[in-house]
Amino acid sequence: MTTQKPTATRPTDTGPLPVRGPGPVPVTLTVNGAEHRVDIEPRVSLLSALRDSLLLTGAKRGCDQGTCGACTVHVEGRRVLACLTLAIACEGRPITTVEGLADGDELHPMQREFIACDAFQCGYCTPGQIMSAVALLDEGHASDDDEIREWMSGNLCRCATYPHITAAIRAVRDTTSDPS
Amino acid sequence: MTATAPTPVIGRPLPRVDGRPKTTGTARYSADVSLPGLTHAVLVGAAIARGRITAIDAADALDAPGVLAVLTHENLPRVTAQPPLLPSLAGGPSPGQTFCPMQDDRIHYAGQHIAVVVADTYERALYAARLVHVRYREEDPVAVLDQGRDQAYVPEKIFGGLLPGRSARGDVEAGLERAEVRVEATYTFAPNHQNPLETSSTTAMWEGGRLFLHDATQGPAATQHTVSVMLGIPHADIRVYSHYVGGSFGAKASTWDHPLLAALAARHVGRPVRLALTREQMFTSCGHREEQEHRIALGADRDGRLTALRHHKLSLTSHFDDWAETSLEAPAQVYACPAHEGVYRLVRGNTMTPTFMRCPGEGSGMFALESALDELATRLDIDPLELRLRNHADRDPASGKPWSSHGLRECYERGAERIGWDRRVAGRPEREGPWTIGLGMASAVYPIVPPSNPQRARARIYADGSAVAQAATAEFGTGAATAMAQVLADALGLPVERCRFEGGDTDLPNVASTVGSTGAAMVGSAVHLAAVALRDQLIGRAVADERSPLHGADPGAVVPVDGRMALRDDPGTGESYAELLTRHFQPDAEAYGSFGPPQGEPPAAMITLGAHFVEVAVDGELGRVRVRRMAGAFAPGRVLNARTAKGQLMSGMLWGMSQALLEATHMDAATGRWANPSLGDYLIPVHADTPEVTVDLIETADHVVNPLGVKGVGEIGQSGTAAAIANAIHHATGRRIRKLPMTVEDTL
Repeated sequence: MTTQKPTATRPTDTGPLPVRGPGPVPVTLTVNGAEHRVDIEPRVSLLSALRDSLLLTGAKRGCDQGTCGACTVHVEGRRVLACLTLAIACEGRPITTVEGLADGDELHPMQREFIACDAFQCGYCTPGQIMSAVALLDEGHASDDDEIREWMSGNLCRCATYPHITAAIRAVRDTTSDPS
Repeated sequence: MTATAPTPVIGRPLPRVDGRPKTTGTARYSADVSLPGLTHAVLVGAAIARGRITAIDAADALDAPGVLAVLTHENLPRVTAQPPLLPSLAGGPSPGQTFCPMQDDRIHYAGQHIAVVVADTYERALYAARLVHVRYREEDPVAVLDQGRDQAYVPEKIFGGLLPGRSARGDVEAGLERAEVRVEATYTFAPNHQNPLETSSTTAMWEGGRLFLHDATQGPAATQHTVSVMLGIPHADIRVYSHYVGGSFGAKASTWDHPLLAALAARHVGRPVRLALTREQMFTSCGHREEQEHRIALGADRDGRLTALRHHKLSLTSHFDDWAETSLEAPAQVYACPAHEGVYRLVRGNTMTPTFMRCPGEGSGMFALESALDELATRLDIDPLELRLRNHADRDPASGKPWSSHGLRECYERGAERIGWDRRVAGRPEREGPWTIGLGMASAVYPIVPPSNPQRARARIYADGSAVAQAATAEFGTGAATAMAQVLADALGLPVERCRFEGGDTDLPNVASTVGSTGAAMVGSAVHLAAVALRDQLIGRAVADERSPLHGADPGAVVPVDGRMALRDDPGTGESYAELLTRHFQPDAEAYGSFGPPQGEPPAAMITLGAHFVEVAVDGELGRVRVRRMAGAFAPGRVLNARTAKGQLMSGMLWGMSQALLEATHMDAATGRWANPSLGDYLIPVHADTPEVTVDLIETADHVVNPLGVKGVGEIGQSGTAAAIANAIHHATGRRIRKLPMTVEDTL
């Protein structure tokens, strides 16, 4: 993934920052390729904005403390914890959620392998696991099982399907010809 | 020519039918439901563990932007009635405790719900909840066993009145007296919390006098019954949906107060309310596995044959309920021991009523028993596996009946082979650098509980040959929807792709909560019986129909295969369900199935068994324990779907590892508050903790348990696991750890 340069809508170091809030302010978010304008308080997390304003409930609230990873989404191609990220800080930064991973009816290879490897049970952590796993391959942190396990350890699965998640990631790694 | 028997769909490792919604983020959990005008409720918990509220000031909260209401004991309507404590397996109202918060000013435990703040957004409700100012008159709590040992009592009954506090068979004193070897030891257990990744959540909406709840629960009907009784409104006026549940592990097995509070809040503000517990509130809102200690005394002769087993448990319960997880019953049935005594002793403390947590009771009971057996093996210098084989129970030692099916020997054999048990030499662990390698084993047991009321399902086939089965069960990761489609397909002789299962809605045929590893057996049997009734109905119709090629045939000679009804001995003669229905201008046909309760005493004793073998590495310098390999073999009767069943068993084994090495909720005895209520501080395994896990299924035919011969796989994976790990640590280090979790402090 390429890291995009900050766009003009983000604050720059020229002049004082405009005061926004504490009441609801218009915030523009680019999610899964589409622009959305939402009126939210600056304290609203990216997770809440996705779930409550955009009704994209794929990202899950498991702890609201950055400990479980169920809310993992991509911001500018990097995996972030949406519960610890302010939505207003994501203006101008493309966001991808689990809803944006498939190409129409065509599932993303990671989604396909999660199903094939039985890498979920209750499914609650799954969107976060998948988003983390996709980023993990982009980061090049999947050379062997130990590395996969280490770099996936921010995503808890209480059903403990970990061995199957590792198998799914391994399968995508091994079938993707050009991981870059 | 005879029709070749179709390959059964049951048992096949089909992928889960909910794969697409769960991997694309479109599966809607209870807190994902969006309703017009939705508001958000946040609970306020008591800051003290015992005392009274002397003043509660909601003015600042009410002034905060977006706040619609603050409910406290001063303005919340009183509940109409408090149902008694009863496990949700019984099918009726099933409150997790018989205390309902916010009915008066009394505080019984820290975190007890004392206010509900409703606002137009989640953040505003969360913020305003911090503006509710509460003053208390505090009293000293009893929060740990050590503060109340002298107050311990033996309850007449535990577990909602279903089990006696004291039970015995044979003469334990005499058995211990005549024993040539005795092992006496005490095993202690930290409290645990279930911590499903989805926090408990309810979205409530009223429409006229009717209440609609989207609730994260193991039993939608349990929520319906409990809320109905407590609100005093007809059961028929409450509909509960629970389409996807983000794990439970017992946290959602009973109905706690938050669905009721969500309903009352929604009625108060006249808008739909979403009430999602915070992670911290998950530690004080839906029970826990209680702090406990087990004292075991077992006697044996020189050959290791057991003469007596005394198993006493002391545990902490709430001030309202005599609750202890059932640690003493199933472990008493594993070995051929002529005398057994089980006694529960309770101490009342300032906690919630403890509740179910995965492998509820067997997880602790089997740690004690299987550790004690290992101690006996060491004492007698008998191989631990050999010791267990010498005490193999050929019949149920509790009832004297034969087993409906068993399979434990085969489990031992398979597991031992997997781990390479042959290479284990007592007292001589292998070494690899700083690591000492130990092997340990233990048996696994889980009871089989028959239904206490009829479990129902409906099967419907459409004129196009597609079929659906329905029952009000919840899907929380068990794979029920997948397995039920397989059951339906086999009974109707349809391709599984044409079969679908629908659950999660109390308007569907009623079943008890999916708890205690009973889901596959109970719902599966109901679906099977419904589908068989539907098949028989259609075959009956065909043989009576002059226009059917099957006219006049013996219904017993007609079999369903490939979407057709055909003569067993002449498969060319027959017709499809579609042809029959279309000819009769019938768009569909349906039938009900009802399973249980059993009539009279079952002819055989029923139990699920298995075996664990593990390899651990212990770092002698740093005390680190790494579980390297876990091999489990289980005999769960018939398996509906080998993939999902193995997944659940693996998951249970990893829960056992977690119970062994990680999980503890620490109580601050002085304040009565949990000290580590977060997923950052309450440790559960992460990816990096995961060892190599193998699961072997030993399928056994069982014609007693239920029409499908299914036992259950949800919990047995965890039964005995922690003991196998403790036994392996003992093999590696010579150190016997008698507490859970076992941490670095214990191995250093």
